[in-house]
Amino acid sequence: MAIKYTPKVIQEFTNPENVGEIENANASSTEGSPACGDMITYNMIINPDTKIIEDIKFRSYGCASNIATASVATKIAKGKHIDEVMGLTPKAVTESLDGLPAVKIHCSVLAINGLKSAIRKWNEKYSDMEKSDEFKLDEETIVRALRNVINPETGVSIVKMNMVRMIEIETGKVYVELMMGDTDEMFFNNIEEETREHLEDLPGVLNVIIKLTEGKSYSFE
Amino acid sequence: MSNIENKVSYLDNGDSTRMLPEVLEEILPYLSEHYGNPASLHQFGLDAEEAIDSARSKLAEAIGAKPAEIIFTSGATESNNLALNGLRYQFPDKRHLIISPIEHASVDNIAKRWSREGWAEVTKLKVNSEGFVDPDSLRSAIRDDTLLVSVIHGNMEIGTIQNLTELGEICREKGVLLHSDCAQTFGKIPLNIGELPVDLASFNAHKMHGPKGVGALYIRKKVKVRRYFEGSPQEHGVRPGTENVPGIIGFAKAAEIAIRDMDKEMKRVDELAGRLADGLMEIEHVGFNGPPVGKNRLPGNVNITFRYIEGEAILMHLNIKGVYVSSGSACSSTTLEPSHVLTAIGLLHEDAHGSIRYTLSRLNDEEDVQRALQVTNETVKQLRAMTAFIPEKHSKHVDENAQTFYKHKND
Repeated sequence: MAIKYTPKVIQEFTNPENVGEIENANASSTEGSPACGDMITYNMIINPDTKIIEDIKFRSYGCASNIATASVATKIAKGKHIDEVMGLTPKAVTESLDGLPAVKIHCSVLAINGLKSAIRKWNEKYSDMEKSDEFKLDEETIVRALRNVINPETGVSIVKMNMVRMIEIETGKVYVELMMGDTDEMFFNNIEEETREHLEDLPGVLNVIIKLTEGKSYSFE
Repeated sequence: MSNIENKVSYLDNGDSTRMLPEVLEEILPYLSEHYGNPASLHQFGLDAEEAIDSARSKLAEAIGAKPAEIIFTSGATESNNLALNGLRYQFPDKRHLIISPIEHASVDNIAKRWSREGWAEVTKLKVNSEGFVDPDSLRSAIRDDTLLVSVIHGNMEIGTIQNLTELGEICREKGVLLHSDCAQTFGKIPLNIGELPVDLASFNAHKMHGPKGVGALYIRKKVKVRRYFEGSPQEHGVRPGTENVPGIIGFAKAAEIAIRDMDKEMKRVDELAGRLADGLMEIEHVGFNGPPVGKNRLPGNVNITFRYIEGEAILMHLNIKGVYVSSGSACSSTTLEPSHVLTAIGLLHEDAHGSIRYTLSRLNDEEDVQRALQVTNETVKQLRAMTAFIPEKHSKHVDENAQTFYKHKND
């Protein structure tokens, strides 16, 4: 089973644009980690008056689709208002690459989340709106985090696939039950690890307990 | 980059090899005029049966076994499945399985399934940092209800060749059967299975310049294995289904040639691998995975970690530049898990992600080595120049001289 990329992915991977750093960047982010095998660092210059992303560059540690999605994401973001970028979904990236294999959809999520994370941090620094201490650990924030967990078999978020069947929160302890449905067992480890990672990243989370349950077919949301 | 451009260097012979012309020539008549079913009683059938018998004898001789101890299968994956499942059905009371942590996916996944289904308890043996199984861990793992010990002979990723004599003697002493997946070693190193304390062994043809879709399981006389799928009584009733006649003919021929030329060819292949390994180790921030090139490592196998960059990206660049290899990175696997072999020998995930395996065969030459070195050097430089992985920030273990990394990065 080989992973097959579109010609656009290969083109973008071999000739990525906006690679490097910006010395006087006023916004930046790093998403992912070496242990996961994918990581993107963005540097941006956001104009404080117009809130336009005037310049953006990236560095990537990851596979071909990681590099390709980051390159495309910088091209999409460059010249746009930050509100517009905050409204982007990973689809914007996958569509301009003529699609990604299901197991690689998570790369487009990382690429878009990195953009948003840099903007969010910039917002915190430069304006008084959106203070991070307003974060509340509840079911809604957990579901939002889990939307970023992609089932590698289908390329669709586990939330969208209705795999999240129970969420319990008890002072820093989060319990999540995932219904694996038709998912091939070979992806169980990956889904569990990704879920854990996304939940552990949330402020206030000390302990994550994940239970994978079997069950009949999943129904899409 | 000049005269060696626009050519392909196939350095993924651990995955599959090119069939030799002599093998192809031997097979062709069995894909056309000799089409009888070995089970038929007419002349065409008898001819096919005779051809298979002769191939069985040749193969048996090649591995030091008796013809009756050879069962033809569709490949080493099936042989592994037949060995483990065949024993499971033969000895349903033995509910304990011992395997190494660096088995091929077929053995590893059978163990996972048995354990998940509650059929058997699985013990994984300890291996050291070069992938050698710790004999003491085997001695202490064996129990009264142990069905089987399964240890891969030559590891497909890091090339470690286990000492089957030592491990087999422990099994003998304790009265437990030993199975070994010899898919990678057969045809590359001398192998006399009859003289080894091994009870079952898996083989295949396409890693030694034979055809795909054919392999064999060696079952020592007096060891009983029950078939696990039903059909007519081919292959001593152990493996039903009409035999893959052309495949079997090609398998025997490939084995004959491999053994005939082994001394000369494998010495040459190992010299090439040695030069490739030396050249790659000159690149900064690399790690060598598995035992040193030499007698305890599969000839032609070189496995290197290029730190701070990711294997699939390296592989894809090499692919575009005509050098075909494989990687233990999670991103190059369809399950998104890093190689279990590399993590078993103690590599951090990030180091497994940056690993590349080059496997040479008798069809490679010095030009392939030079192309691989040149193209790998370029690619590593290119990817490090854009990596987001900054050693001090993100690595648990930073090279003693990480400073040179920045120098390299800013070249």
